[in-house]
Amino acid sequence: MSIELRNVSKAFGGVSAVNNVSFSIQDGELIALLGPSGGGKTTVLRMIAGLEMPSSGDVFIRGQRMNDISVQQRNIGFVFQNYALFKNMTVFKNIAFGLKIKKWKRQEIQERITELLELFGLQGLENRYPHQLSGGQRQRVAIARALAPKPSVLLLDEPFGAVDAKIRQELREWLVTLHHELNVTTVFVTHDQEEALEVSDRIVIISGGRLVQIGTPREVYDQPANEFVARFIGVMNVLETEVREGLARVGELEFPAPDQPNGQKMRIGFRPYAVQVSSDLTAFRYHAVLRRTFFLGVLLRLELELPSGLIVRTRMTKEEYSVQGLEDGKEVSFQIRQFRVLATETATLLPESDVEYQPPPVLGENI
Amino acid sequence: MGFTLFYLTALVLIPFAALIIRTLGMSWADFWHLATTDRALAAYRLTFGASLMAATANAVFGSLLAWVLVRYEFPGRRLVDAMVDFPFALPTAVAGLTLANLFAPNGWFGSFLVPLGIRGAFTPLGVVIALTFVGLPFVVRTLQPVLENLEPEIEEAAATLGSSRLRTFLTILAPTLFPPVLTGFALAFARAVGEFGSVVFISGNLPYKTEIAPYLIIMRLEEYDYTGAIALAVVLLSFSFVFLGAINVLEQWSGRYQK
Repeated sequence: MSIELRNVSKAFGGVSAVNNVSFSIQDGELIALLGPSGGGKTTVLRMIAGLEMPSSGDVFIRGQRMNDISVQQRNIGFVFQNYALFKNMTVFKNIAFGLKIKKWKRQEIQERITELLELFGLQGLENRYPHQLSGGQRQRVAIARALAPKPSVLLLDEPFGAVDAKIRQELREWLVTLHHELNVTTVFVTHDQEEALEVSDRIVIISGGRLVQIGTPREVYDQPANEFVARFIGVMNVLETEVREGLARVGELEFPAPDQPNGQKMRIGFRPYAVQVSSDLTAFRYHAVLRRTFFLGVLLRLELELPSGLIVRTRMTKEEYSVQGLEDGKEVSFQIRQFRVLATETATLLPESDVEYQPPPVLGENI
Repeated sequence: MGFTLFYLTALVLIPFAALIIRTLGMSWADFWHLATTDRALAAYRLTFGASLMAATANAVFGSLLAWVLVRYEFPGRRLVDAMVDFPFALPTAVAGLTLANLFAPNGWFGSFLVPLGIRGAFTPLGVVIALTFVGLPFVVRTLQPVLENLEPEIEEAAATLGSSRLRTFLTILAPTLFPPVLTGFALAFARAVGEFGSVVFISGNLPYKTEIAPYLIIMRLEEYDYTGAIALAVVLLSFSFVFLGAINVLEQWSGRYQK
């Protein structure tokens, strides 16, 4: 067990920032602390580092209780969002800073830095000052500086926040590669769910100062603990329905709701991928107009508008879109294969239900 | 660019040139004689010595004051912050008069200090006190924005690497803060060399003892000894020029890692 938090809470001047959070991280894991801004995830990271002390609860690193151990003695590597490089020192001296404090020998420092410069692709930059580096280089120097004294854990606060989109993608891939090579337990904070899904072994979702869910990217995506997670990780259609005669209804849409009394309000949620769309109007039971198509890259996002004005969001690959001959304004048929009944935002989610196959109505039958 | 050039020429270069040209009118021997009388030498010593001391005091205490103003929240902080500008705003003659009164043997401070053997009024110490007073805002105001822009993460990053507070201060903060302190020091010094109004009241202007160089220039002018006044002025000017030049070089060297 590399890092463990037990019932950790933190309040700033009476305002609770982190509330009774417990989780543990295995050796060598790459963990994302994910949540909306101001949700307490950075405070959790800073408590692991010792930059903040918990108001109550315990923090363990490698089985050792850390509460009374100062930040200087924790042997952690911390990378700040703004990198916090020492502007008055060259790249070499920045990276050597922690090694000198730990009283490494000159020869060892030289060797370690040569090794790190090579690993981080920073050869030839050792005599530059931070202001002479690009954003990506600065970040790599910051990570190299944090890793130089061989810390037991590496903590990164929004590591990809301050660089532009293209470099961000490169840095993400590079961080994964680096983690594979060094295998140091790594925790990073992010508010970007895509980043967390792509990079991490496990995701710790924190919102409103509480731990909401912890699991692999697949687990939190497929089995979100509650509606908040479901909506935060990926997109979800949410509809307010009312039950009549065993069916939860809104507009034209109907979802099976056996054993529910008439007039019962129900919130129904479904993922875009649960919606099947066809340009063949006889293929599925519901009809809608393709109102708008958004280009996301390989995937397209489609907004379907039902005659009642309901909007249903779905996704489709570019290939399928052109095979189906779809375009904005075109009439389509669709069905919803899976859905969930949602309670309140934070209540535990019920498992997904499959919609029974319902044959499409035969066109022209009533004419 | 054109405007800057015109402005600088009209305000700075032409008066300087006039001064130099007037000096060229005298022979070297005359100039040397006028500029190095015993009385003049004593005045230079006092002016530059007291200015140096005052600027040094301001560099130390001004830095402390700026640090406290930026880093600590306390009631009345904004008021203290506003008061730093007081020496700028106050007419120098008023400041001089006030200081002379305070440090006179029967003044508020003087009545306590004089029995202890610390004589503020009519001594070189008085000159230092007055010059420290007028130079106070320079160090505070040059250092303040730099301190405000100092990211707290820098110190935290040093701490995560195992650095103690003292080590962080010595190896990271001090080198970053040195150039602005130096700039403030230079400005305070330059102001002190030229200071007149606040000094003449407290110093008493005793020749060879508490007479500052700018006062000596006035004395020469009142004696209609224009060439004598100009010789003194040129010496002051050259001193200030060389000093500021040296400070500039030092500043560039110590700030070489900043853009």
